[in-house]
Amino acid sequence: MKTKISNWGLYPCVEADVRRVMHPDDARAAISQARHVIPRGLGRCYGDSALSETILETDRYNLFLDFDPKLGIVRCQAGVSLEDILNALVPRGWFLPVTPGTKFVTIGGAIAADVHGKSSGSFCDYVTSITLLKANGDIVTCSPTENRELFDTTRGGMGLTGLIIEASLRLIPVETAYIREETVRCRDLDEVMGLFDNMGKWTYSVAWIDCVARGKNMGRSVMMRGEHARAGDLTHPRQRRAPLHPRSLPKLDVPIMAPNFALNNWSVHAFNMAYYYKCPPGTHEHIVDYDAFFYPLDFVNNWNRIYGRRGFTQYQFLLPMETSYEGLPVLLERISSCGLGSFLAVLKKFGPHQSFISFPSPGYFLALDFPITSNLFALLDDFDKLVLKYGGRLYLAKDVRMKPDMFFQGYPNARAFCERIRQWDPEAKFQSLQSRRLLIHQPPTKDLP
Amino acid sequence: MKTALLLGAGSDVAKATARLLALDAWQLFLADRDKSIADTLARDLEIRGAPRAEGFLFDALDTPSHRAFYQSLPTPPDLVIVFFGYMADQAAAEQDFNLARKMIDINYTGAVSILEIVAADFSARRHGDIIAFSSCAGDRGRQSNYIYGSAKAALSAYLSGLRNRLARSNVHVMTVKPGFMRTAMTAHLQLPPALTASPEQAAKDTIKAFQRRKNVVYIRWMWRWIMLIVRSIPESIFKRLSM
Repeated sequence: MKTKISNWGLYPCVEADVRRVMHPDDARAAISQARHVIPRGLGRCYGDSALSETILETDRYNLFLDFDPKLGIVRCQAGVSLEDILNALVPRGWFLPVTPGTKFVTIGGAIAADVHGKSSGSFCDYVTSITLLKANGDIVTCSPTENRELFDTTRGGMGLTGLIIEASLRLIPVETAYIREETVRCRDLDEVMGLFDNMGKWTYSVAWIDCVARGKNMGRSVMMRGEHARAGDLTHPRQRRAPLHPRSLPKLDVPIMAPNFALNNWSVHAFNMAYYYKCPPGTHEHIVDYDAFFYPLDFVNNWNRIYGRRGFTQYQFLLPMETSYEGLPVLLERISSCGLGSFLAVLKKFGPHQSFISFPSPGYFLALDFPITSNLFALLDDFDKLVLKYGGRLYLAKDVRMKPDMFFQGYPNARAFCERIRQWDPEAKFQSLQSRRLLIHQPPTKDLP
Repeated sequence: MKTALLLGAGSDVAKATARLLALDAWQLFLADRDKSIADTLARDLEIRGAPRAEGFLFDALDTPSHRAFYQSLPTPPDLVIVFFGYMADQAAAEQDFNLARKMIDINYTGAVSILEIVAADFSARRHGDIIAFSSCAGDRGRQSNYIYGSAKAALSAYLSGLRNRLARSNVHVMTVKPGFMRTAMTAHLQLPPALTASPEQAAKDTIKAFQRRKNVVYIRWMWRWIMLIVRSIPESIFKRLSM
């Protein structure tokens, strides 16, 4: 059925033929009838990575298939969400080893974007096998030890290798559903980067950073570090009685689209200042449940509507370790002076990590939301030049306007990635608006990078 | 331990309801005319928190098998939910009586057959709850789907009588009347989003109404008022409409 559809950034909004997948044959039928298809889970990418003429909707393809309570390995259909896994398995003492900032993503989506979060490592570091439906209708299993090339290309491959049908994930054991959280208010960029460099034993870390502060306040931030709380860490009687069953709070909602003027320079500046000063100076530790630590925004349904009908995008870039200390202040200066303030900006340091085509790599990454205005894309093109100058790259799952250059120069395996995609899908059946924009399916010519 | 028997477990609403029950630690018996679907669902629900979940073969059309089926359950259930139903195209059913009969036999006859067996058991034990999915279509026969609608109307009247009979045995019967739901049964239809419930929403509304011991619940709530208006249109006018 033809519907108007967009992803989390509410831009672009396109008309597509959305086909629900309840069985691999549904997908085969759609692939044979359509020119181009792309799988879509819960639509939490920000741009056009899950948009195409025909969309394979997988969010009801969500059965749990098996769970090994000794090894903590869960096998499920690709439409199972991270929320489903947490609801089912936290009460049994298991947790996701890597989670992004929202639990409303499917396993398939988490693999396709190879999502990352407050921990080091990325989602697919813990995926032990993937079952995939390829463009030719074949169903294939791949893993770090079987069909390794297909596994490496599917992780972070943005759905272009085919439809992920099932996957197995290794969870980590936890004693409680709570996190021991430490917040540290940092005066400036030097202070927060210093903290990242001296992480100690903390498993989880991220900093919220004020991207509109200038001068000596540039880079003022709130660092949040966390560790799974042990049973002995809990103090509240209710927590001690049911350490694996935190109370779930009712959600808020943004029921209607906010007017475009609601989020503007002044309101963003005011918010950033309030957020920074609300955190008391110095270091503070407390116990919070996993929802509050990992998914603060999930409490507000449809929070993307506060950006208004124009929609928004997130600019998320990574700078390698070698250039981070030089490049980050330069970029931060450029961002704070551009006048297109973003709040909820996030800074994180990534440790040693290797993958074929995924975004995470050792270095610092910064993620900023921007409402879509007429001058935004030209500005982001400027940022791109700077990011490339420092050897960095952008995160495909957030992107909606990157040019092919930026992709091919930012990712060392980009060309090899395109070759593999062409080899497995010569008719380019699996194609998104993003992959088309990035010229991933074009055979190399002298004109292309 | 509380046990629920879900008849027609493969339906979208049954799946969503079973998941809510699993989170609340119900033991689940999942009955469907496709046993492999019932078994797969059982495994899914055990992982999601049901202390125990098992799949059974149950065919609403095969009424002679219903008694043996009910007696084969490992323990007598505390809650029985009838999810199964069938809606064929009205125009096709007008031409082909087999389709019409199938709608009547699945939606009404099959439900009567199994529920009489359940009622006998529950009234003897003076314990139990019954929930059955009828439809707003049964509130008034309309030219666009009256064969389905009349089968559901028959079911609603049956449930009302059953509720009356079992009230003195401490057994509660709840009739669920969905308006529009976004499920496999309506996948081919264009439904207005504001009035259409997702299976998850339908399951939530059903469980909430069940906990509050409602007699008749509309999914979603606004359909009670829509059907009130539809029912009050005088017949002399209604017969000329194309609803």
